[in-house]
Amino acid sequence: MIFADAIAWLLDPVNWSGAKSIPVRVGVHLLYCLGAVLGASLIAVPLGLYIGHTGRGGVLLVGSSNALRALPTLGLVTFLYLVMNGVQTVSVLIALVVLAVPPILAGTYAGIQDVDRGVVDAARGMGMTGSQRLWRVELPNALPLLVGGLRNATLQVVATASVAAYVGIETLGRPLLDGLRVLDYAQVVGGAVLIALLAVGLDLLLALAGKLVIPRGLRLAAETRRRVKPVEEAEVVDVV
Amino acid sequence: MIEFRGVTKRFDDGTIAVNGLDLVVEAGTITVFVGPSGCGKTTSLRMVNRMIDPTEGTVLVDGKDVLTVDPPKLRLGIGYVIQQAGLFPHRTVLDNVATVPLLSGWSKAKARSRAAELLELVGLPAELGKRYPVQLSGGQQQRVGVARALAADPPVLLMDEPFSAVDPVVREGLQDELLRLQAELDKTIVFVTHDIDEAVRIGEKVAVFREGGILAQYAPPAELLVRPADDFVASFVGKDRGYRSLSFVDASGVEVLPAETVRAPAASGGWQLLVDAERRPQGWSGPDGTVVPGGSLYEQGGAIRGALDAALSSPSGLGVVVDTDGRFAGVVEAHQVLDVIESHRG
Repeated sequence: MIFADAIAWLLDPVNWSGAKSIPVRVGVHLLYCLGAVLGASLIAVPLGLYIGHTGRGGVLLVGSSNALRALPTLGLVTFLYLVMNGVQTVSVLIALVVLAVPPILAGTYAGIQDVDRGVVDAARGMGMTGSQRLWRVELPNALPLLVGGLRNATLQVVATASVAAYVGIETLGRPLLDGLRVLDYAQVVGGAVLIALLAVGLDLLLALAGKLVIPRGLRLAAETRRRVKPVEEAEVVDVV
Repeated sequence: MIEFRGVTKRFDDGTIAVNGLDLVVEAGTITVFVGPSGCGKTTSLRMVNRMIDPTEGTVLVDGKDVLTVDPPKLRLGIGYVIQQAGLFPHRTVLDNVATVPLLSGWSKAKARSRAAELLELVGLPAELGKRYPVQLSGGQQQRVGVARALAADPPVLLMDEPFSAVDPVVREGLQDELLRLQAELDKTIVFVTHDIDEAVRIGEKVAVFREGGILAQYAPPAELLVRPADDFVASFVGKDRGYRSLSFVDASGVEVLPAETVRAPAASGGWQLLVDAERRPQGWSGPDGTVVPGGSLYEQGGAIRGALDAALSSPSGLGVVVDTDGRFAGVVEAHQVLDVIESHRG
């Protein structure tokens, strides 16, 4: 049975020590993911805040960043690797950042755009300057969608960081590639299971972090919305 | 005092929202801007705190052209209440109310204690301060919105359809509350609504706008009802304006007559008013001794509309008059009330 074989592969002590062991690969995989999500956040969050706050260039930017999603990451890694004369780390990171930017940008932008117009109008009318409005009202209220974008990006990056193995980096893509090459499916499934576990683990972690950073008032509001009957909810949307 | 001088607002798409508005809002009064949608009432309001800048003309607050003041600074000194309150969902009620004091540089402790005072002022229990906006009813949210606008004690208050999203009973309570607050605080209030009844109820002066951003009439509500400037105002004010204008007529000329009261129903061949031990009206005892619910009660000192309504709605034809404690004070008859109304005409 392939799953039994995969479990056997996962538990094999040989795979748990040395430079090509599971812990090392998990570590490398994680590092690339963290680097990519962090890098993408540094680009996408300020950009999303800016276009969300000013309303300028939103459609164009979010649209073109979504077009980026159509780029196959594997092709991009290979291309960058060739263009940059074999600098593995940078080519992989750039490709993963390109993958992670669109969901974070869309989440941040949508988060800001989604803030109740009345709330923003009140903030302005009470005398908040543009930046006070952004930091004290728009950003806190955008956090649920922003965190959602981050979780989305993280899932995609964790799944896709496997491609780094193509250019010789010891991520969890390695057992997949190796296994496919020699038709050792136990290794393929074992690697896939590890990637899935990593993805779920990171997502749970981010969900927890979200609970900590998202203001209590917004979480209560979300719960109330869920409790409201669909018909009434439709009315609420109508009024807005 | 707020003054509009030849104010016109033309939007980029060419629509004229406000057309040559000349109007003075007296200090310490509630002035209501009313009209159908698209008449420029909200645009006019928003030009006071520079949410919108005029294309032509000048808006002055206390003699100062608002265009000479930096918008955030101008707005810190002008209270602002909007429809559905626009409370910050991520902040507690108390912190919502403390917003403007904090923006104005107050310490956190001082701003919060001021916010707590304001919650009490608008009739909300202090423990509500710890809650979040989503945990409040629509009416409570609107009260918090008013408290938030009053927090830094601004002389001017702009209210843009503040009560239109709550149900009629709650709305009436909020209107009463606003009038009570105004009696205490004496602010210069501009209040926008599309509801003429609300306008007539709370406005000391009412500006009726018509489509195209033109001021159709600017007058005290009684005058609006009795002498509408043109057909537009007459139809906007509504069908029963004659009756409603009685809300502004003094009832002091109406003679209050004594009437027989009983503690228990009895077949006496006539109508007798049932009262309790405190002499509070409990309904009528009919000629055959059956108990009939009473009509509306007229409280002494109220407008003549209440006296007429009491008489018209009473099963016996006698309108029941009560004192301010709700105790029976006498009765009025419809024809007497009408005589007084007629005499006011002369």
